[in-house]
Amino acid sequence: MNELISNSALFGLIVSIAAYEIGLFIKKKFRLAVFNPLLIAIFIIILFLLGFNIQYDEYNRGAKYLSYLLTPATICLAIPLYEQLEFLKKNVKAILAGIISGVITSMTTILILSILFNFNHREYVTLLPKSITTAIGIDVSTELGGIVTITVAVIIITGVLGNIMAEKVCKLFKINEPVARGVAIGSSAHAIGTAKAMEMGAIEAAISSLSIVVAGIITVFGVSVYANFM
Amino acid sequence: MKLLEQFTIILALTLVVETVKALVPLPIPASIYGLLLMLFLLKAKVIPLVSVKDAGKILLETMPIMFIPAAVGLLNSWNTVKELLFPLIVVIFISTLAVMVISGHVTQMVIHFNQKRSDLKDE
Repeated sequence: MNELISNSALFGLIVSIAAYEIGLFIKKKFRLAVFNPLLIAIFIIILFLLGFNIQYDEYNRGAKYLSYLLTPATICLAIPLYEQLEFLKKNVKAILAGIISGVITSMTTILILSILFNFNHREYVTLLPKSITTAIGIDVSTELGGIVTITVAVIIITGVLGNIMAEKVCKLFKINEPVARGVAIGSSAHAIGTAKAMEMGAIEAAISSLSIVVAGIITVFGVSVYANFM
Repeated sequence: MKLLEQFTIILALTLVVETVKALVPLPIPASIYGLLLMLFLLKAKVIPLVSVKDAGKILLETMPIMFIPAAVGLLNSWNTVKELLFPLIVVIFISTLAVMVISGHVTQMVIHFNQKRSDLKDE
């Protein structure tokens, strides 16, 4: 029975969507930031796979079709960006200053904490691309000789954490300007964070999408300097 | 325009940029080239907004689901992650929070600074 179900190519796909729907339902019911639908879905699926002793590869046979959609979906982030283009032009200096400061903050905090935790060079460079989009992060980590599986894990956890924290942090630290919120979310938590920015508003979504691109590209160059520091 | 046509346009663009990615030796993913190309084509009116808007909306709204498979993949790297778990969590939490607060505030400061300056000009 078990094998029959997990052998179907649709298995992983259905499990993923169903788990996300459960996540949405729980979020609606409790209205707490910790009940993030994405986080709930990830937990449910991991527990499900462990509970029924199903291998990740079996799950991913169906679930990978969702991953395939990520590139076209990311390309579509250009749509909110285009719709807010005038707004973006007006704030270009502020946006660039914000993103550059974000990239420097990211790499500097990682450098300091890596020294504190006594990480070796390999572990340090593994973490350097943590705030940028997975696709760029994998390449950066490979280029620097990092441990790519950990880089991917760290990037995803960063995104989910950013997604959960975004609203609270903006409120607590009085980041009220929609443009500033977009920069804050996109620079710190890439596309997974941007999913939250889309809920917050059109400007937040557009600027957050832009920040992913710009922060990613600046990081590619920034890491070549920071990699020498430890 | 019909949804199917809209999806075809988006997928065709994806195909183009994945080819570009394979040819250009830079650590920049296809999706970033795609985002920039799509923005350029929309701006140049080569692709009118209406011919991608509905399909784009569907893709963007369902985007969080697309991260699930990669995140569940943590299962496979768990043994390597486990050993560094505590320091990793500390690094992730502190640095994500710091980036969010600092980049947001720097942006906000520059916006307010520019607003004040243009207010002064008006007087």
